[in-house]
Amino acid sequence: MIRVTGLTKDYGSRRAIHDLDFNARKGEILGFLGPNGAGKTTTMRILTGYMPPTSGTATIGGFDIIENSLDVRRITGYMPETVPLYVDMTVSEYLLYMARLRHIKNADERVKKVLDMVELGDRANGYIGNLSKGMRQRVGLGQALIHEPEVLILDEPTIGLDPAQVVNFRNLIKDIGKDRTVILSTHILPEAQQVCDRVMIINKGRIVAEDTPEMLQARLTGSQRVTLQVRGDGRGLPELLSQIPGVLHVVDKDGGSYEFETLPGQDCRPQVARTVVDHGYDLLLLQPVNLSLEEIFLQLTRDESSAADAMPELNSMLEAK
Amino acid sequence: MRNIFTIAWKELKSIFISPIAYAVALAIFLVMGIIFYANILNAVVQQVAPPIQIVLGPLVTLMLFTVPAITMRTVAEEQRTGTLELLLTAPVRDWEVVIGKWLGAVVFIIIVLLATWVYPIILNNIVDPGIDQGLLVSGYLGVFLLTMAFLAIGVAVSSFFSNQIAAFFATLGVFLVLWMISYPSQAMGAMGGDLLKYLDMSEHFYSTFYRGIVELKDVIYYISMTAFALFLGSMSVETRRWR
Ligand SMILES: Nc1ncnc2c1ncn2[C@@H]1O[C@H](COP(=O)(O)OP(=O)(O)O)[C@@H](O)[C@H]1O
Ligand SMILES: [Mg+2]
Repeated sequence: MIRVTGLTKDYGSRRAIHDLDFNARKGEILGFLGPNGAGKTTTMRILTGYMPPTSGTATIGGFDIIENSLDVRRITGYMPETVPLYVDMTVSEYLLYMARLRHIKNADERVKKVLDMVELGDRANGYIGNLSKGMRQRVGLGQALIHEPEVLILDEPTIGLDPAQVVNFRNLIKDIGKDRTVILSTHILPEAQQVCDRVMIINKGRIVAEDTPEMLQARLTGSQRVTLQVRGDGRGLPELLSQIPGVLHVVDKDGGSYEFETLPGQDCRPQVARTVVDHGYDLLLLQPVNLSLEEIFLQLTRDESSAADAMPELNSMLEAK
Repeated sequence: MRNIFTIAWKELKSIFISPIAYAVALAIFLVMGIIFYANILNAVVQQVAPPIQIVLGPLVTLMLFTVPAITMRTVAEEQRTGTLELLLTAPVRDWEVVIGKWLGAVVFIIIVLLATWVYPIILNNIVDPGIDQGLLVSGYLGVFLLTMAFLAIGVAVSSFFSNQIAAFFATLGVFLVLWMISYPSQAMGAMGGDLLKYLDMSEHFYSTFYRGIVELKDVIYYISMTAFALFLGSMSVETRRWR
């Protein structure tokens, strides 16, 4: 449905996205995951025809984003990052305006339907300027859906919502995404995990990983982390473990607990177990640690401070540990 | 075409709910009213119609200062608030956006201009020989054509800015330049002088429409100015995407 090849965008001398290549299949929800400044908005603005790329091409539904920009815009619904709306219009006035711009027949009926979909029926005649942030996001989503687009592009749709609204909004997106292609950007990992069929991690304008949330996790756990616990404090164990081929980075977690990493693709647990037992320790636990997407993300971006800045909730989570 | 009307209608509605539009309308009616009042006493006493120029002159000057206030927000405000992003990612051509916004403003100004028509009508009823209807119609035609060009320039200038105050002063600056550009024409040689005279927006009004003369060359001049400004505005919106 969406094919992107070699997409590059420079702002002046600064390169915002480098040579992006990716596809989105019909009907899938593709997550665009990355910290602030990664280039998510830039990519989406290029796809929606708001601005042209410096080089590279993309097609949506077979239409070239530059050659057939109007066709692309016809089949695409877009919800920009800050959800810019006309504050001096009422909700239904605004949706009707967007419907008219898209030449929708029975525009009034369609507006009613969309109002129901985004659960704004009771605010239809309220001015957008008086709506809460969450309601405005719904109006933004509503205008993106007004023409029943095949492709939906949502730039950080849940940013600025309170937790209850976030859950609600994610369910709404999942529901809407059942029968159309959706690209959704976010810097919130659980969101990508919950909503998306496939996640593309983008950092500093480059794609660093792309897979289903499960596979991404599996791929990164290819280099496995294992927790090991013995009775007592297990003195001398780190030295012993380090000698086993394939075992890396042994960390003492206190109280007889240790964590180590294995070389990718090698499961050293049998050797570790044998060695530990042979040397007279009482083995209590030997268990792989599943990396959460959060940790994957940190691994991928490496630059921890910026990743943490981009994700306040992760930051507080790390502090809580 | 349909998109242009959709955008124009929306623009007209937002002009009508903006306080600036009312301030502009109030200013026009107030100034016109005062001038009218001052002249009408004279007309009643002497039973001669004052020349229609007493309405046309101030009206044109008022347009010079109020049109920038109407057009300043058209594109600049959408740029500032970001709503332009949704407009430019809808299946709408850039020139449809510019022409739609211009058309909305034109309709508003037509309503205001028609409303100022009451002054000449009252005048006509008070004095006996009545006023020169031909002069009145040609004068209003001139004001209308001139204002159309002003509005087009205003929308075009607005598309270069994302701050409406900046757009206001830039538009006013452009107007004043185009209004007085023929001043140095005497000092210049024949060629340069004629060119400046041709470019001058006031020349095409005061030497003809204002005196009751309708000449095709002036009509063409204002229409070309309008078209050129709308073209520039569309280019500006398009290049916005590249910035
Ligand atoms: N209009 C612009 N002019 C100049 N630089 C920009 C502009 N928009 C974005 N950038 C830069 O491009 C990079 C990518 O930004 P953006 O696409 O907004 O990232 P994201 O949406 O992932 O936070 C950032 O470094 C940002 O500073
Ligand atoms: Mg962004």
